[in-house]
Amino acid sequence: MSTVTLDTARLEARFRPLEESLPESAVLTEADRCYYCYDAPCVVACPTSIDIPGFIRAIAVGQPRRAAERILQANPLGASCSRVCPVETLCEQHCVRAEHDGGAVRIGLLQRQAMAHFSFTQQSESLAIMSGKRVAVVGAGPAGMTVAHLLAEVGCGVDVFEAKPFAGGLNESGIAAYKMLDNAAQQEANFLLTHALIRLHCGVALGQSLHLQQLRRDYDGVFLGVGLQGQQRLGIAGENLAGVFSAVPYIAQMRRGEPVSVGQTVLVIGGGMTAMDIAIQARLLGAREVHVCYRRGVEAMGASAREQQMARDQGVYIHDYLRPIAIEGKAGICQSVLLQPTALSEGRLIDVGEPLRWMIDQVFTAIGQCMADSVGEEDMADLHFDQWGKIAVDAQFRTNLKGIWAGGDCTGRSDDLTVHAVADAKAAVLSMMVELRTEEKES
Amino acid sequence: MKPDLRSEFVGITSPNPFWLASAPPTDRAENVERAFQAGWGGVVWKTLGIDPPVVNVNGPRYGFWQGDNRRVQGFNNIELISDRPIALNLAEIKAMKSRWPDRAMVVSVMFPLDEAVWSEWLPRIEATGADGIELNLGCPHGMSERGMGSAMGQAPELVEMVTRLAKAHTHLPVIVKLTPNVTDITWSAAAALAGGADAVSLINTINSIIGVDLELMAPMPTVDGMGTHGGYCGPAVKPIALNMVAEIARHPSLGKMSISGIGGVGTWRDAAEFMALGATNIQVCTAAMLYGFRIIDDLTEGLQDWMTEQGYTCLADFAGRAVPHVTDWNQLNLNYVTKAQIDGAKCIGCGRCHIACEDTSHQAIERVVETGRYVVRAQDCVGCNLCVAVCPVVDCIRMERMELGIDPRTGVPISPQPSNWTEHPNNPLLQKDASSILGQGD
Repeated sequence: MSTVTLDTARLEARFRPLEESLPESAVLTEADRCYYCYDAPCVVACPTSIDIPGFIRAIAVGQPRRAAERILQANPLGASCSRVCPVETLCEQHCVRAEHDGGAVRIGLLQRQAMAHFSFTQQSESLAIMSGKRVAVVGAGPAGMTVAHLLAEVGCGVDVFEAKPFAGGLNESGIAAYKMLDNAAQQEANFLLTHALIRLHCGVALGQSLHLQQLRRDYDGVFLGVGLQGQQRLGIAGENLAGVFSAVPYIAQMRRGEPVSVGQTVLVIGGGMTAMDIAIQARLLGAREVHVCYRRGVEAMGASAREQQMARDQGVYIHDYLRPIAIEGKAGICQSVLLQPTALSEGRLIDVGEPLRWMIDQVFTAIGQCMADSVGEEDMADLHFDQWGKIAVDAQFRTNLKGIWAGGDCTGRSDDLTVHAVADAKAAVLSMMVELRTEEKES
Repeated sequence: MKPDLRSEFVGITSPNPFWLASAPPTDRAENVERAFQAGWGGVVWKTLGIDPPVVNVNGPRYGFWQGDNRRVQGFNNIELISDRPIALNLAEIKAMKSRWPDRAMVVSVMFPLDEAVWSEWLPRIEATGADGIELNLGCPHGMSERGMGSAMGQAPELVEMVTRLAKAHTHLPVIVKLTPNVTDITWSAAAALAGGADAVSLINTINSIIGVDLELMAPMPTVDGMGTHGGYCGPAVKPIALNMVAEIARHPSLGKMSISGIGGVGTWRDAAEFMALGATNIQVCTAAMLYGFRIIDDLTEGLQDWMTEQGYTCLADFAGRAVPHVTDWNQLNLNYVTKAQIDGAKCIGCGRCHIACEDTSHQAIERVVETGRYVVRAQDCVGCNLCVAVCPVVDCIRMERMELGIDPRTGVPISPQPSNWTEHPNNPLLQKDASSILGQGD
């Protein structure tokens, strides 16, 4: 185990080459490939309904800045979505050219190109639709930032409360560093929250200096975009050994430029995008061998085939049908992992054969996040939660408590993608505009 | 055995029907040598004028319009005729013709209306061994300001006069190159014929402003902040050229003239189309300028491949074959009913046909909600072909003829008997005494 810091030199030398981009010379050619579909399937597939043929046409006629504006109209986080969206399972999968004539148009990279032409210092104007109203947004991640930004644009005053010292949420801390180069997440957060009607309060956590009942009293509405701050646990022996890490906090620490430990032989447990992110980054940080183990087949992994291939391209070994049953250590330090082979039998996962013992000096768990332990304390006591332990909301992202909306990862209506958080937030804002405009503030 | 591409045009033979048009590619011996090495059948030497030579602008002389993938669709130029001394050109023409005796060597000229000039220079051109003379009556820029080029070509009486002058001073075949910048190309062709022309070649370039530089607020190509109209050519002009060739070819009294087809030819298919519409041979310029002389391989091999498939053994087998099928609108069969058919297996669901039809045609294409694909409602389809034009998938939408039954759009039974406008009850000429409208019939 060695200690490494993700400094600029390492970022440029090892992470930068993974950044995908379309060479300037190929942009127009790629834009010309778009058929400019009507009722385009790519738009339907985009959770935020970006006018994809429209923005690509703007690029094709030489106006990438206008393309960016069109993207932002539908998705204020158009820049980070262009970096982190699994487009191969969203817009590009549904491109009419996906199965025809040279493959899908590279929508994600074109969006990236358009957003590169946008000046993130420009301020959006406000309409007076919601003037006089005030909303509290808890959590400055993708969902909270979108809500704040959209509400400010319609004239509503917004106070944003963020537990961390900075805004951005998982975009700032949980996404692989090679996807968010050049300070992209922070630049976007500044753009979204810099508005005369938005006040950002950092270092303020719900349940500590901030209380839901108080917010309900002080504001016309409250939006909870608190994300998932807890890490799922494996529930097996050895989980507390030194050398065992939860992937998301580890990535956050690494991206802040703090020293992190890197093992020689690394095991990642999980099959989602975070599993691929951490596996790839462990390799980039210098791990000699990185294995990903997933208890079901590769086709069931949350990570797309493309993400899996990216990991393989970095020398990551992906194993399916392996389930960790114990992490073993010596003197409190992880030394090996016991893995049980599994198989599908009549749709059920069963154990087959003898467990394997792999010599591993660093384990990452990337099996998902959950509400933090603090949830359920008196502060949130009246909120209803769903079967997955997330905040229960209806189709308008209203919680059971009047005047309180929730969206993003802390609700369970959609996958934990940035683009879904934005879509949640858009729906919540629409609902707030309808309800808060027609109602007087409760006193 | 491969089809025979050997070509004869007003007595001028060449190993294939592809000549390089009078233009920058035929400006000098170096170019022509490379062209002949590449396999071109002949050249029309860049237009000669009398000394002192013209001078060209020293800024950009070409403008262009690019389509998808930056491919040039239209091209224009403000270049003038040869800017080299006439004697130098003649020496090079002589050398090239003697090095390449089997290739066609035609010399383009643009001389003022001064018989002394023609009588002096045409014999000297003939002395080089050249095979023919082409009269440049077409350049729409620069030269026309001096009373030559299209200034001559636009006035039929001048066309006739110049042709007669040329014929009087040379034994070589005289080809009159026509400008398309006229109301009716057949007037120019008739004038050339009246002056004794052996053939016409067309089209020369079209008057054009290719674009405007919106920063400089000036036409392109821009020379020190100013621009001027130039001659338009390239793929974009082919349809205009095809029509003009066809108008001459199907004209009762002009149709026997030999036609050298020019205008946007870049592929064997373009060439075959020109020849089907009555051109005996083909002149190429822009495509060679954009891709180099090597395109001659595609032109010759492609034409031979196609001829083999069709069973044609020589050019005469298909030359002019489409001419009898060019007619006036009022002769078209109004009982020929077509409906668009979308191949559901090929449809990719882009919706282009739907929105085009919905917004700008007859609202005849609808989306099938279950499949996301599109179908045509025959009762609304007028058979206009717009959907075929916008569909990105090859052969996905076809126009299918309805042979029998009732046209669901009009409710009228489809007659197997052809019938055209001249017979249609809505034609006002049928309701009145036709001669009173037409005046005295001719």
